[in-house]
Amino acid sequence: MSKIGLIIKREFDSRVKKKSFLLATILVPLLFPAIIGGMIYFAIEESKNAEQQKVYVLDEAGTFNFENDKKYAFEELNLSLEEAKTIFTESEAYALLYFPEFELANPEGIVMYAKKNPSLQASSYFENQIESQIRDQKLKESGISEKEMEGLKTNISLSTINVSDSGEEKASSAGVAYGIAYAFSFLVYMFVLIYGTQIMQGVIEEKSSKIVEIIVSSVKPFQLMLGKVIGVASVGLLQFAIWVVLIFALSAGVFAMFDLNPADMQTAQESMSGMNGGSNAQAMMENSKAGEILNIVYDIPYAYYISVFAFFFISGYLLYGALFAAVGSAVDNITDAQQFTMPITMPMIIGFLGTFMFVMPEPDGNVSFWLSIIPFTAPVAMMARVAFGVPAWELALSMGLMVIGFVFTIWMAGRIYRIGILMHGTKVNYKTLLKWVKTNS
Amino acid sequence: MHILTAKNLNKTFHENVALHNVDLEIPKQSIFGLLGPNGAGKSTFIRIVNQIINADSGQIQINGENLASKHIGTIGYLPEERGLYKKMKVGDQLLYLAQLKGLSKKEAVQKIKAWLERFEASDWLNKKIEDLSKGMQQKVQFISTVMHEPELIILDEPFSGFDPINASLIKDEILRLREKGSTVIFSTHRMESVEEMCDYIALINKSEKILDGEKSKIKNDFKSNQYSLVHRGNGISTNDTFSLEKKAELGEGLQQSTLKLLSGASSNQLLQELINQKVDIVSFKEDIPSINDIFIQLVKGENQNIPTS
Repeated sequence: MSKIGLIIKREFDSRVKKKSFLLATILVPLLFPAIIGGMIYFAIEESKNAEQQKVYVLDEAGTFNFENDKKYAFEELNLSLEEAKTIFTESEAYALLYFPEFELANPEGIVMYAKKNPSLQASSYFENQIESQIRDQKLKESGISEKEMEGLKTNISLSTINVSDSGEEKASSAGVAYGIAYAFSFLVYMFVLIYGTQIMQGVIEEKSSKIVEIIVSSVKPFQLMLGKVIGVASVGLLQFAIWVVLIFALSAGVFAMFDLNPADMQTAQESMSGMNGGSNAQAMMENSKAGEILNIVYDIPYAYYISVFAFFFISGYLLYGALFAAVGSAVDNITDAQQFTMPITMPMIIGFLGTFMFVMPEPDGNVSFWLSIIPFTAPVAMMARVAFGVPAWELALSMGLMVIGFVFTIWMAGRIYRIGILMHGTKVNYKTLLKWVKTNS
Repeated sequence: MHILTAKNLNKTFHENVALHNVDLEIPKQSIFGLLGPNGAGKSTFIRIVNQIINADSGQIQINGENLASKHIGTIGYLPEERGLYKKMKVGDQLLYLAQLKGLSKKEAVQKIKAWLERFEASDWLNKKIEDLSKGMQQKVQFISTVMHEPELIILDEPFSGFDPINASLIKDEILRLREKGSTVIFSTHRMESVEEMCDYIALINKSEKILDGEKSKIKNDFKSNQYSLVHRGNGISTNDTFSLEKKAELGEGLQQSTLKLLSGASSNQLLQELINQKVDIVSFKEDIPSINDIFIQLVKGENQNIPTS
């Protein structure tokens, strides 16, 4: 095995064999479905167990007519307000709605009495009910029949279609794009930060345990640095792959357990398996909103996304990983490292925040463009933009600069590293780092 | 035949000259002492030989060939700053370091086994370094330096940090390795500690080599023709054969005199003269300077930073 291969193997083995790796690798994917599953479980339990709550209605004009539904049962009272209040406070009812006599044009004085602060959901539910009843009354007064009123009710959900230059139409969804943008840029950010710090810790460990001089008498410092960067990356990629597989498997299990929209899933799957001849299933699918989203999810050019993601994931990691290695080599312990990690994490954080503040709301804006071109912020920002669609030349430019960027940081880090790892007890500042970069060894 | 020849080595770190026109020749199968105070340039020289840093100018040859990466396996290096991966098992660690030196896995496993047996440490194979005592760690460290049977073993301050038991164990190992054909370079500022073992020495001070050669010859060259005489009673009268340099009372009627031969005279003439004078001689011994004495003598006046230990 080549020397760099040996280094990669050692870095990989020493991390993968740790108990903490095993724990994190198994617990994290368990955690996600467990949280989602838990939330779904409680939501379902709650709606199952939720008893109908009684709501008293005191309607002095007699204009309102509430229909009982799953959540609320309405009971009309024909008493004075005071008497109604007494009944309400002595009962277990949820609320008392009081309608004084009022002019339809100017409804005022409607009051909801409740024993505790009603939830936002509850109060907007009642507001909607009352508003729609008043609207109906108004419409009636202007001479529209009930039948005509039924005819006016429509339910609308907007579906968007992307039209490409070639005239091809594709269903798109801002929601789905947003989700993908968020997921991708977040993953890149987390990966670079977590594993970059691991590289740094590894370098500091080698330096403080003083083994480094023995190693560099056998291999070039640059080989050692590169081996470490690649070794840690392979640990990260392995962990990441295990997470993806486990999360998908477990999530599927959780969804299956709660029997979520099996019909939609089924039709979606059918139409996917029989894309060519399944026009029937296609038609069926387009009827439901869920089917539509599945359609969009299915239409995502996965190969494209994943290859772009892989590129920025790895190049971003190399760019920052090398810098973390350089910092690790320049200091004697973790506490000293802080002054140098700040300027590294800063562009990372700017890229991440910028992605949320500029790229997601306006993927094609000026700021978004620059964030996705500059190598230090590109891995995060470009991943978010890709989800919304990016012109090919911008992507190519960003990738090209990215390659230049990581080649440059690896070169620079290598020059700091080869001197830094042999320095003990020297106080290092940026001027010394610059001197090291310039020094010929 | 020389295993290592250095010609005209120069190295400067940001205007600090670490080595200035250093020439060295290290004979095969010898123990070579590279001596000098802290900061003289010894470690820089060793790092250049180990290809950790490059010289600014000059040349190093190993067995007559220019130093290149293929020589990594020929050298075993114990740096002054030493340590091991704390969380790695002894066996894994030695295997890793041996493979980095170019051994195949099979060879490495065999050699590690043999060395651990030699040091009665076979049951450490699966122990983590951090679970071993300091003395045990030092043994593992030494094994890691020599397990690939290097032709040239470089030990930077080998006995600092080793306890006396391990130090003597390692002394014996070093002598054994030389018998088997290895060459050993000691670098140290504690001259007395390796003086007894070295066949050859070089003195480095302020980045320049000021003296090198066979130890016995150097000592001979620095002899000052002085003799220590312990005798009873009556005084000594000097003549044209010798002069009296020093005189001290040892108690119980004993006296010690330091006598210096004057040009052309031999020690036998001196003894003859003393016998003629009826001096009651108890002991008579030539004063041979230690390397430390020689070193101090050489750098006196130009260097304030002389170790006194």
